[in-house]
Amino acid sequence: MSTILVLVESADELPDRLSLEALELARRLQGVIGGDVEAVLVGGDAAVADGLGSYGVTTAHVAAGERLAAYAPAAWAAAVQTVMASVGPAAVLAPGSERATEVLAHVAARTGLPMAANVTDVTPGDRWKVIRQRWAGSLLEEAWLDGDPYLLTVAAHAIPAAEAAASAATVSVARTEPAIADADLRARVTGHVPSASDKVSLSDAKVVVGGGRGLGSAEAFAMLDELAGLLGGAVGVSRVATSLGWRPHAQQVGQTGTRIAPDLYIACGISGAIQHIVGCKAAKRILVINTDPEAPIFSRAAYAVVGDVHAVVPAITAEIRRVGGGASSA
Amino acid sequence: MRILTLVKRVPATGGRIALNPDDRTIDTAYLGFVVSPHEECAVEEAVRLAELHGGETVVMTLGPAEAADQLRDAVAIGIGRAVHLETDGGDWDPIATSTAITDAIRVLEAADGPFDLILVGNESADSGGYQVGIRIATALDRPCVNGVKALEVAAGVATARRQATDGWEVFELPLPAVIGRLRAKKKEIDRMEPEHRPASPELIRLALPVEQEQTAEILGTGPEAAPRVVEVLRELGVL
Ligand SMILES: Cc1cc2nc3c(=O)[nH]c(=O)nc-3n(C[C@H](O)[C@H](O)[C@H](O)COP(=O)(O)OP(=O)(O)OC[C@H]3O[C@@H](n4cnc5c(N)ncnc54)[C@H](O)[C@@H]3O)c2cc1C
Ligand SMILES: Nc1ncnc2c1ncn2[C@@H]1O[C@H](COP(=O)(O)O)[C@@H](O)[C@H]1O
Repeated sequence: MSTILVLVESADELPDRLSLEALELARRLQGVIGGDVEAVLVGGDAAVADGLGSYGVTTAHVAAGERLAAYAPAAWAAAVQTVMASVGPAAVLAPGSERATEVLAHVAARTGLPMAANVTDVTPGDRWKVIRQRWAGSLLEEAWLDGDPYLLTVAAHAIPAAEAAASAATVSVARTEPAIADADLRARVTGHVPSASDKVSLSDAKVVVGGGRGLGSAEAFAMLDELAGLLGGAVGVSRVATSLGWRPHAQQVGQTGTRIAPDLYIACGISGAIQHIVGCKAAKRILVINTDPEAPIFSRAAYAVVGDVHAVVPAITAEIRRVGGGASSA
Repeated sequence: MRILTLVKRVPATGGRIALNPDDRTIDTAYLGFVVSPHEECAVEEAVRLAELHGGETVVMTLGPAEAADQLRDAVAIGIGRAVHLETDGGDWDPIATSTAITDAIRVLEAADGPFDLILVGNESADSGGYQVGIRIATALDRPCVNGVKALEVAAGVATARRQATDGWEVFELPLPAVIGRLRAKKKEIDRMEPEHRPASPELIRLALPVEQEQTAEILGTGPEAAPRVVEVLRELGVL
């Protein structure tokens, strides 16, 4: 039996988007090699495990225990290894999040197996052929991957998220309490420092309102906050906006910032430098607001308004209020 | 305190990449080379921590003869000593890279004592394997955390912060050894010749992603465009 084991992470008691993307690749693989898709959840969010049947998962392994209460990369890897030992998978897939990538790299290091990061496609065979992103997605590499099991992380936002089936199949939930060595707890989360950031996370937002140098001042971003609030979205910015101190680095979109994949990205006063595009090209649609119709960002846009952002954005928020739309507080 | 920083020589692409006709390498004819950006921060961090706490900083790279330029760059900003694991220039996979570097670290540590801190980049700019540092840490049995944006060291503990969706995660890692002050004496580059094994993943070919150019539908000019914009927002279901 060729089982594909997928590391699943969650947010708000649901599998998160990157995990659904990994599950989608797993199901595509299953279509070729057969067998089952099973999930491993570390740290224990049992409610999430129960819901995985609708994504084609037959068994969800929930690894929990006192020693897995706080995130520790090596302990998470040990937990995944425990599940691997009982399942004997043909491949282990991890979502393209910082944590899951780190955990799988630890699994690779501990088992001595090769690992391919940021894979966008797999062709199974005697050896598996993978396509993976290099240079932050600016280059695709086709490569042979070896390993028993094959270890790979799925590039963020390169594959659509798995859709839930209308009728959820039941999933059998297998609980384990893996033994975790002291050494695997040496690096672990010992505290959290909250940041006064937006309520909606940039990487998950359905709508992102972006601002760049064209905004002209830190104060001008208030109108973007307002528009994002009305659309239940988040604000993202170009590096110029962070370099000038208008906005925190946490909101930067791009090669050295966050990768976003909203349904709509509204790019205001942003020229569309390649390093910025790398971070927003997974958006389904881009709406540009810019004074310069020659700006490179237009070639990426589905919609555009040529004009001064200081006049256009307030007009849009006013129009949304006038027609009585918009999320009140989201 | 002894700090080792691992850097990789990569072309400075500026984001646009051209391939050679063999489809296996990128055209670097018109490109300069730099230390991979995340590692540049690691180099600066090493210099800062050593200034703060005292101690020795070493920079190491595995790469072709020309990678000596990147070692010199690191020395120029204050790293004490450079070690070059010289290769013939071919691509080394993550297992081969980490094995060669681990072996070299063992040699250096046997001679001069353990490194309190080994700093790497979160991922190399060119291959983006996200694993060389973790493989080295595992081989040396040291705690490791990736993706760190802020680092402080005190009383034998490294406090590392990394960004989470709702703020910062704080990790506290015990350092592997006692801190002994060692002064940098020489700035020569030590050469070693690591053994190269077959690669996995093994490269087949490279390709540039297909970029979707499109023609934007102009919704209007200036504030008068607002009603049409709101219509589109409704059509897209975001309102
Ligand atoms: C290694 C490296 C990494 C980088 N990483 C990133 C990254 O992660 N993210 C990132 O964003 N950048 C990154 N950059 C920087 C990037 O190259 C650009 O410099 C940056 O994205 C430009 O920001 P901008 O679009 O806000 O500014 P500009 O390029 O100056 O564009 C401003 C735009 O605003 C328009 N405008 C001006 N006034 C108005 C107005 N009143 N109303 C409407 N429009 C107006 C102009 O027509 C112009 O198109 C990186 C660069 C390097 C070298
Ligand atoms: N050839 C190399 N020489 C020195 N350090 C390297 C080399 N390759 C990778 N590293 C280090 O390991 C980190 C992770 O690399 P990677 O696994 O390729 O993403 C890099 O940021 C470097 O600090």
